[in-house]
Amino acid sequence: MIARYITSALFAGALTGLVAGLLQLWFVQPVLLHAELYESGALTHFGAAPVSAHPELPGFDPVRDGLSLIFTMLTYTGYALMMVAVMSIAEERGAQIDGRSGLVWGIAGFVAFHLAPGFSLAPEVPGVAAADVTARQIWWFATAGAAVAALWLIGFGRNWTAYGVAVILLAAPHVIGAPEPDVLTGPVPTEIGALFAARAFGVGLAAWVVLGCLAGYFWQSEGAAERHAA
Amino acid sequence: MNVQTKTLTQSRARFIPAVFAVILGMTVISITGHVQAAALHDAAHDVRHATGFPCH
Repeated sequence: MIARYITSALFAGALTGLVAGLLQLWFVQPVLLHAELYESGALTHFGAAPVSAHPELPGFDPVRDGLSLIFTMLTYTGYALMMVAVMSIAEERGAQIDGRSGLVWGIAGFVAFHLAPGFSLAPEVPGVAAADVTARQIWWFATAGAAVAALWLIGFGRNWTAYGVAVILLAAPHVIGAPEPDVLTGPVPTEIGALFAARAFGVGLAAWVVLGCLAGYFWQSEGAAERHAA
Repeated sequence: MNVQTKTLTQSRARFIPAVFAVILGMTVISITGHVQAAALHDAAHDVRHATGFPCH
């Protein structure tokens, strides 16, 4: 039984990570490298002379970008393990799990793990001022966890009490507020910061949709393989 | 009665691996996304920023 979880999550997570990693390298990495020129002081916003919006960026770095690809694959494999676990419980309660219904699961995963925390703790362009990292991580996990519970209640709850609790769980972390820095010291132009956050969310949504579909698909195909072997 | 017992057993058979998979998944994203050890942080730096994890 456990093999079905591990195998389907590994397939779905590694494939998704590959897609997400390539999307990140193509669309997010140039923005990140651009921001790092300001973070390191190589470029200065509002300095003596106007700065070109199209500086020479470092190119492809096999070690750095290779590590990014590996860590993206690992991250989405971790998410895939959680997703197939929750899918299996939902299936047992009568939900249809396959590649097609996985689309909704992927969107839900994006909302829980990317959009909900990012709503108050926006994707951080390098150089941003931020509160203590431990405090932000605690808030991040609490917000993602509350969103998972809320989306389960919206998806599988059967009465208004469940929906009401879901709304409270979704709103509470943002009403309470994320840890914020005392002073703003970010040296990066706002245009780059905004583009970074938009790209991070966009690539995140694409990756999560792929993850949902693949997790649903491999959960079924591995189940069929298991039944065939038995 | 028989059906009910079967469903219950199946339910338990799924619950334990599901919990195990969630714990394993949480461990993996904690390591790739959250542990602040310098080597891990440097290797995962770009991913943490791009995936919206709190970095630094």
